[in-house]
Amino acid sequence: MTTLNLNNSSDNYLNHTKGIFSWLFTLDHKRIGIMYLVCVLLAFFLGGVFAMLIRFHLLTPEGTMMTQDQYNQAFTVHGAIMVFLVIIPAIPAALGNFVLPIMLGAKDVAFPKLNLFSWWLWIFGLVFFLIALASGGIDTGWTFYTPYSIDKASSMGGVIPALIGAFILGFSSIFTGMNFIVTIHRLRPKGMTWFKMPLFLWGTYATAIIQVLATPVVGITLLLLIVERSVGIGIFDPAMGGDPVLYQHFFWFYSHPAVYIMILPAMGIVSELIAVHSHRHIFGYKFIAYSSIAIAIFGFLVWGHHMFTAGQSQLMNIIFSLITFSVSIPSAVKVFNWLATMYKGSISWNASMLYGMSFIFIFGIGGLTGLYCATLATDVHLHESYFIVAHFHYTMMGSALIGFIGGLHHWWPKMTGKMYSVLWSRVGWAFVFVGFNMCFFSQFMMGSKGMPRRYAQYIEMPQYQIYHIWSTVGSVIMALGFVLTLLYLLHSIFGGKKAPANPWGGRSLEWQCSSPPPWDNFAEQPEVGDCYDYSVLEWNEEEQGYDWKKDAAHPGE
Amino acid sequence: MSNTDSSHHDDQIGHIVPIKFLVLICCILLFLTAVTVWVSRYDFTEINIAEMGIIMALLVATVKATFVGLYFMHLRWDRPFISFVFVGSILFVVLFIGLALTDTMEYQPEIIKGDTPKVTEAMDKLAH
Repeated sequence: MTTLNLNNSSDNYLNHTKGIFSWLFTLDHKRIGIMYLVCVLLAFFLGGVFAMLIRFHLLTPEGTMMTQDQYNQAFTVHGAIMVFLVIIPAIPAALGNFVLPIMLGAKDVAFPKLNLFSWWLWIFGLVFFLIALASGGIDTGWTFYTPYSIDKASSMGGVIPALIGAFILGFSSIFTGMNFIVTIHRLRPKGMTWFKMPLFLWGTYATAIIQVLATPVVGITLLLLIVERSVGIGIFDPAMGGDPVLYQHFFWFYSHPAVYIMILPAMGIVSELIAVHSHRHIFGYKFIAYSSIAIAIFGFLVWGHHMFTAGQSQLMNIIFSLITFSVSIPSAVKVFNWLATMYKGSISWNASMLYGMSFIFIFGIGGLTGLYCATLATDVHLHESYFIVAHFHYTMMGSALIGFIGGLHHWWPKMTGKMYSVLWSRVGWAFVFVGFNMCFFSQFMMGSKGMPRRYAQYIEMPQYQIYHIWSTVGSVIMALGFVLTLLYLLHSIFGGKKAPANPWGGRSLEWQCSSPPPWDNFAEQPEVGDCYDYSVLEWNEEEQGYDWKKDAAHPGE
Repeated sequence: MSNTDSSHHDDQIGHIVPIKFLVLICCILLFLTAVTVWVSRYDFTEINIAEMGIIMALLVATVKATFVGLYFMHLRWDRPFISFVFVGSILFVVLFIGLALTDTMEYQPEIIKGDTPKVTEAMDKLAH
């Protein structure tokens, strides 16, 4: 019996077929994952440019470079791109597509053609967003709130193209979710019962449930908005008997669960990072797995906490406030289990682990500040202030995206077959971590002191300038960290050392195939064991990677 | 449930329902449609329950939908998990519409028709 399911030929998914069309119309999940990754990173760059414009504009109380309308457009486009084009697809579509089938020991996802179709839908969604930018822009905020989005006099010509773009992106997300649910149900290998799956798969599965159940609601909501704006039917417009608060119900019924679409797979990644890089069996496996499902379910019951100051009734405010607190329980279950996993572990201080630990720290702050927002009495003061902006970015950017970057570092050697610089990855992490906290913790401070969000100028409130300066300096440091990260990752492709099959000492099945994986992933069906039992692995100096201990029993023996 | 689990190889063909049975279900559905029409002719205001007509119609429609789900969609013979997914989806719709409409009903009395006095005052100032 071989230790690793290695394909010793040089054939792999990167060189199996050549030419641009072999990528654009590929049915291989790994190539589709890489295409998603490249596209998501390009969208991240575009959204990041708008973020930097916002930050530099707010350096002075008068605003440095934009008119008020341009400022409204900048934060709208930044939000819409980052949410719909970057964070939602980043982990499930990019990393999930690459890793999920290999973790299952499968050759591909259940529906490879649907998978490719999802990617093309993402591209069409992007095209509509670009059309929105070119046709006058959009200034409604990423939430497309009524009455801004139905007021033809004040909103810009890009509203309908942006709505169509978000509608199409929703279908891309639904198809990916459907594919993953069926894949996990039907393509698990012999011996991999539900509670033997890696926790990343539990996170992805819980995410897929939300994608399939919640995304259709936002799809129909956006369609109603398009009809309302173009034909003039009074669904959300009070002047025609509609109800703008109803729009917020429709929107947040999807968009709050969407927060968990973003963060649940990141939590799945963190479970892998903490266990593998602590070289210690995950603590409380079942609790972490169940907590993913619990978060997915609770996530559907709390949408009204976005509407405490929007005219929602007192009865519903109280109900949603109470339920919101319940989400903290499964979230805390995860955090305590990660900490318990690290206890007495043999921690490797590489970039993946640093990002994993950063997630716990940042998510801790993001989650705990969420309790202030869930409390009616405090939320009335904090809503529409920079406190909310900071809370949102601590959970979405600092948690979901940090998890994504951690996962990217974790699986980069598997994806590319190359190792990146350990030193520069640590430096890059330091820039990102310090810059992020400088950028957004200062926003907590100014928000709690009363700085309203979405203001292009704060001429009568110059006392907030120092916080804006801190925030902008932080954003520059963070941006430098991202550029540095991009540089050393790109350098690794051309000048990095060859990656072994198992550079970190992971036990899940993706570490049993060569790096990069062969076209059909495994030469033979891999054997499933305890994917968090690292005691059977040892460091192999010659391969510069982990290998099976000579005297350790193999699964099934 | 895995791809190598032989227990699911048998259900690939699916369950075949006799045509006679399906015709029987169809007849029941047609009968229930007739019941809906029949109920709609009654004036329930006489017994002080004006909404009874809608309640009865929805009740009959729910029974009909159950028949369709159980027999035409084969949920009666499929794995319980499929029924769980089906019922779960309906519960989500009920949850969403129920809470959203409860809120809408709750805040109706708080809506101020037209502009508030403060807005009217501000608009007057602007006009001058």
